[in-house]
Amino acid sequence: MQPIQLHHIDYAILIAYVAFVLGIGWTLARYMKTSADFLTSARSIPTWVTGLAFISANLGALELVGMAASGAKYGISTAHFYWVGAIPAMIFLAVFMMPFYYGSKARSVPEYLKMRFDGRVRLLNSFAFAVMTIFASGISMNALAKLLANLLPWQMSLNVLGFHLGSYDIYLWISSIIVLLYVLKGGLTSAIYTEVLQFFMIVLGFAPVVYLGLKDVGGWHSMNNSLQTVATNNGYAADAWTSAWKPLIAGSAHNPMGVDLFAMLFGLGFVLSFGYWCTNFLVVQRAMAAKNMAAARNTPLVASVPKMVFPFLVIVPGMIAAALMTMPDKHYRIPPPLVSSENYAKAVDAFKTTNPANTEKMTQAIDEALGKNVDPAIILSMARANLDNKLSDEQIKQGLYNSITENDYDGVILSLVKKYCPPGLLGLALTALLASFMSGMAGNVTAFNTVFTYDLYQANFAKNKSDKHYFWVGKFATIGGIVLSIAAAYFASQYNNAMDIIQLVFGFVNAPLFATFLLGMFWKRTTATGAFLGLFGGIGSSAIFHALTTVKSNLDASGHVVNVMKGGYIHVVTAFPSEMAQNFWLAAFAFIAAFVLTVGISLVTKRTKTDAELKGLVYSLTPKIVDNNQPWYQRPAVLGIVLLICCVILNFIFW
Amino acid sequence: MGLDIRWPIGLMFTLIGALLTVYGMIVKSDNAISLGININFIWGIVLLVFGLAMLGGAFYGR
Repeated sequence: MQPIQLHHIDYAILIAYVAFVLGIGWTLARYMKTSADFLTSARSIPTWVTGLAFISANLGALELVGMAASGAKYGISTAHFYWVGAIPAMIFLAVFMMPFYYGSKARSVPEYLKMRFDGRVRLLNSFAFAVMTIFASGISMNALAKLLANLLPWQMSLNVLGFHLGSYDIYLWISSIIVLLYVLKGGLTSAIYTEVLQFFMIVLGFAPVVYLGLKDVGGWHSMNNSLQTVATNNGYAADAWTSAWKPLIAGSAHNPMGVDLFAMLFGLGFVLSFGYWCTNFLVVQRAMAAKNMAAARNTPLVASVPKMVFPFLVIVPGMIAAALMTMPDKHYRIPPPLVSSENYAKAVDAFKTTNPANTEKMTQAIDEALGKNVDPAIILSMARANLDNKLSDEQIKQGLYNSITENDYDGVILSLVKKYCPPGLLGLALTALLASFMSGMAGNVTAFNTVFTYDLYQANFAKNKSDKHYFWVGKFATIGGIVLSIAAAYFASQYNNAMDIIQLVFGFVNAPLFATFLLGMFWKRTTATGAFLGLFGGIGSSAIFHALTTVKSNLDASGHVVNVMKGGYIHVVTAFPSEMAQNFWLAAFAFIAAFVLTVGISLVTKRTKTDAELKGLVYSLTPKIVDNNQPWYQRPAVLGIVLLICCVILNFIFW
Repeated sequence: MGLDIRWPIGLMFTLIGALLTVYGMIVKSDNAISLGININFIWGIVLLVFGLAMLGGAFYGR
């Protein structure tokens, strides 16, 4: 990744954003009087703000980068993560689940589990969630610091208390301290307000990139024509990149995701999406901060409107990049993986010192120097050009960059920002990217400090202290959360494989969680023991499923597993076409296992809560909310149906 | 919670919009033009209008 040359105007935009974010924190500080103000916004925020924060909390830079990457790799099918994997779950949360979360007056999702079941289920959920948010925050900050260190032209170093700090360390600490300052001052409200700021920043920062990209490829239809070439070049039907459903219905071998219809609809569309959007406290916390029940129920509905059209902002850039690759006159390539300048220097030497008549030997020498495979045809044309007219080292380096056959799809969005954004607009787009990283950390830290204070500290160590006490515990938990996030960022930068294992384990924990919530909310016979053991059984079944399955690309010629991280380390019962398919099936399997176990154990164990105690916590025992005081067009059920119809129409348009 | 979020949003985008608009009017070199469009000027106006609309909403919502 070449460093970007920033101008004064770019720095001015970045500084303006940071100043306003800190200003919001400082302004809100005077309103932070109680632990409820700090940790739950005292349930005072209007719908449009919580709605935009609800979507922004999920719109971290990892999503911006990842969705553009998937757009290039899979085309419009990536929109399934929105139109199948988000909208239905958000509507379900609004219509059916928010009345219990908000009406029970629980301050967090784990606290709802305590009210519905018992302390064991709460402890398991809150501990897993607290650890998960710290790692998620650390991963986000690691990505931000790496991006800044590679992107910005300054190389910095400092010695602090005998520790040597490089560019990565300085960017990591500066961005973490900015987040700490505004969250410590303004609490959850500050995080929610900056998420709204970030939402507009992302929309207004990336919209010009999409417009200029589409203009460059000749418009939507021209892009689709180019993507048909991409599909046929990769051995798929011509519409594999431009149709969302036809390649999926044709089967896992006929779409670039390698996913079948059942895995997509049940694994992603039900288990994973409902498990995330309906039970993850990070997003549900935004709705729980709303000023009244109607605002809380409308929060996910407000969020689902931009969520529905977001594919055009975050996926289309990836499709533009894939289309540009088929247009030689555009001089664009999806960036290759990062190669150090030392390796480039070695490869330039290899190019200059190897006999140009022996292209095979030259290609091999360059492969070894770069540590990447290069395209022999490009090397041959470079060798010929060098014979005709001596190439400079810089020209050779540029040629080698273009000859690397592997693509780093995560670099797509930044490469388009660099291609289309002049100084000024560049500052806006980069600030949007940085804002999303920072609010990703702030969102995780505010969820962490609430769960730590109420569900871990108050519930287990100090039940009857003053509100002032919990207010200060919340503040210290914020500092602790930031420090732990920084530690997690360093851990992520040092131990990539360990992070993969941690994320894998969290995948095991999350997959069966929705079964616990679904049965808890909609079946009064579910017992605390059934829920607790069912959840554990679901986690165990996830691990067993992973140990018995892998992906086809992970098997060598004799059928042995190459990388145990991709499963199959006990025995390979099934090999899936892709990791995505394996993840979707794992989620489906774990959900069914947890569901069956919870029902079975509940039927043979005694209920510990009476019907009266479960009022407001279980669907059949709770008086239905009467929306008669609202006009029919403002009722959540009506709005939900309208949004669902819009979502179905979008699916048909891109069938 | 005391602070109307439309004030900071409006102020920030008005400021950034004004910066981009002025920059787009002054700097018209090749590397400031993307695909033949003075995008800084055009997008600066868009941000300016958005920022002022937010400020208007905050002012009338006092």
